[in-house]
Amino acid sequence: MEQQAVLSYDGTLEGFLTCVFTAYEEKLKVVAINASENTTQQLFTASYEVITHSGKAKRVWLSLKKKTSAAGLRDLKWAFLSEISQMEMQLYRMIRYILAENVPVDRDFSHPAVLKVAQAAKKVGREKHRMEAFVRFRRTRDEVYFAAIEPDFNVLPLIKSHFKNRYADQKWIIYDLKRNFGIAWDLAAVNYISLDLDPEVGISGAPEAYFHSSEIAFQQLWNQYFTSTNIKSRANSKLHLQQLPKRYWKYLTEKNL
Amino acid sequence: MDYERIKEKLSILADAAKYDVSCSSSGSKRKNTTKGLGDSSGMGICHSYTEDGRCVSLLKILLTNHCIFDCAYCVTRKSNDIKRAAFKVQEVVDLTIHFYRRNYIEGLFLSSGIFKDADYTMERLIQVAKKLRLEENFNGYIHLKSIPGASDELMREAGLYADRLSVNIEIPTKSGLKLLAPDKKHEDFIKPMEKVKNEIIQYKQESLFIKSTPKYAPAGQSTQMIVGASGESDRDIMYSANFFYKKYNMKRVYYSGYVPVAEDPRLPALNSKVPLLRENRLYQTDWLLRFYGFDIRELLNEQNLNLDLEVDPKLSWALRNRHLFPVNINRVEKQLLLRIPGIGLKSVNKIVQARKFRKLNWEHLSKIGIAMNRAKYFITCDSREFEVKEPSSEYLKNVILKTSSGKFRKETGTQLSLF
Ligand code: SF4
Repeated sequence: MEQQAVLSYDGTLEGFLTCVFTAYEEKLKVVAINASENTTQQLFTASYEVITHSGKAKRVWLSLKKKTSAAGLRDLKWAFLSEISQMEMQLYRMIRYILAENVPVDRDFSHPAVLKVAQAAKKVGREKHRMEAFVRFRRTRDEVYFAAIEPDFNVLPLIKSHFKNRYADQKWIIYDLKRNFGIAWDLAAVNYISLDLDPEVGISGAPEAYFHSSEIAFQQLWNQYFTSTNIKSRANSKLHLQQLPKRYWKYLTEKNL
Repeated sequence: MDYERIKEKLSILADAAKYDVSCSSSGSKRKNTTKGLGDSSGMGICHSYTEDGRCVSLLKILLTNHCIFDCAYCVTRKSNDIKRAAFKVQEVVDLTIHFYRRNYIEGLFLSSGIFKDADYTMERLIQVAKKLRLEENFNGYIHLKSIPGASDELMREAGLYADRLSVNIEIPTKSGLKLLAPDKKHEDFIKPMEKVKNEIIQYKQESLFIKSTPKYAPAGQSTQMIVGASGESDRDIMYSANFFYKKYNMKRVYYSGYVPVAEDPRLPALNSKVPLLRENRLYQTDWLLRFYGFDIRELLNEQNLNLDLEVDPKLSWALRNRHLFPVNINRVEKQLLLRIPGIGLKSVNKIVQARKFRKLNWEHLSKIGIAMNRAKYFITCDSREFEVKEPSSEYLKNVILKTSSGKFRKETGTQLSLF
């Protein structure tokens, strides 16, 4: 019986690509790829702890690039950020398929892994877009515009440039409370940061200790606008909920003040 | 800033502006290259949704709801007994900037009742846009409503600062306009449209040769028509829309189901329902014209003055043209793929991509995400089983309606469910 391999890695995209490299190099029959915490020893399987190696990762990425459309590469990257369990195996199967064929196949949605990856990417894309819409900055006492979010998928890396282009002349921070890291623009560059946040800071409102004295007034003005722009005789709560799923309400000043 | 006073004005002047349905903030290319505030180079973003399901992407307000005119269908009309208010230019600028900095909005949609005369009002709208661009270094989206009757010079200036300009035609037929907006003349709408169109054309030509030509209304112009206020047919509405698209290079025509705002013998009664489904069908028809290669005469004509409310216009067209179907998914050219009920633009592209690799069967198609309950009667593919061969169109329509009851009957939003 051919031995089956379970790979574990550090949870980064580079780490995952190193796994792919290792699988090819050692001709492994990979059955699972896990971010390191959840590896368990099993009968008839060999466990490999893969150490991230940026040179190896790059080689995989470059050979993928040659055979994959921009949309296909984006799908791979975005699906990876979905953090959906066992997504690595789908990605791995798709990559094997791409590398095995001579023509580009990354848009072949009749292949199960390609389809699964595209579907996951689509979900991530949707949340990326929602975060670009639903982030609500609050002006702090020290003139930094601060927003906290808790997205289902790890989308901060994907929304970086959007906010950088848009808010070039104000300092801002967008913080992922769930993953405990954020991105911060200091008028020169966007950096990844990690903070010890007082739970008081919350996701909306404006406790005086941290926020500018006019902050609550603007939240109220926005609320007023939101209320006044509604047309009661066209009410459609089903549609409203569909577009503004309840799980996002906590971010929205107009729903959560 | 006197927040309480501003809040009151906001409640009055947002309330009065809400009937304008145009909300799109896409289609402009104003990059933030100045390290200033804002960027409108991407797709527009809906930052929120009202409880009636419409997208909130712009701060949409009137500069004032004082008006010297008396259009029957409008809350702001002179004879309506309501609270009046007016924003100062600087107040609108401040609100826009503070809302934008908090990521509430993509920009400003500024309209107005007519203060004194068309030019006086237009001038103030322009002042707001000018301040935002020149003093605040603002690159977000600005949509200005052109006041019917405003002069050519002002229309030219407006386009230098705004991304989009619109004149709302509101009533699709000349006779309806005469009846409901006696103060307005058809020419008053057409003249600014003509001016904007010509300026855009001129800008495009000049910018080929002169790099520094200032941008002119980069997101083009749009207009809006009220549906169901003056007894017009769907054909009247869509032929007007088609005319504006072709003649004035409109980027968008919006359709707005009439919300009763006045007791008036010329208008539907105050308690009549907003024709939401009809509005939705008009938008679907609009999409078919703009993206699916349909000619207006195929969808509405002497025999079909109004759209079918029960089924979407593409299905309705297909049911009238059964001789063209069924088509083979694996062979038929793209133009005809686009005409199959239940298959939208995205699915068409997926089919075109996927069929390069293998012949598609029912299973592939439903995985791709096409609405099989409609599509299956109009296609063949790499599967053996066919649907009932030659059922009558009437029979088919009933079957499709039955199998899709939830989706069709409750489809009342302006958010489109597209084919
Ligand atoms: S001119 Fe405009 S604001 Fe004034 S009544 Fe007519 S539609 Fe309303």
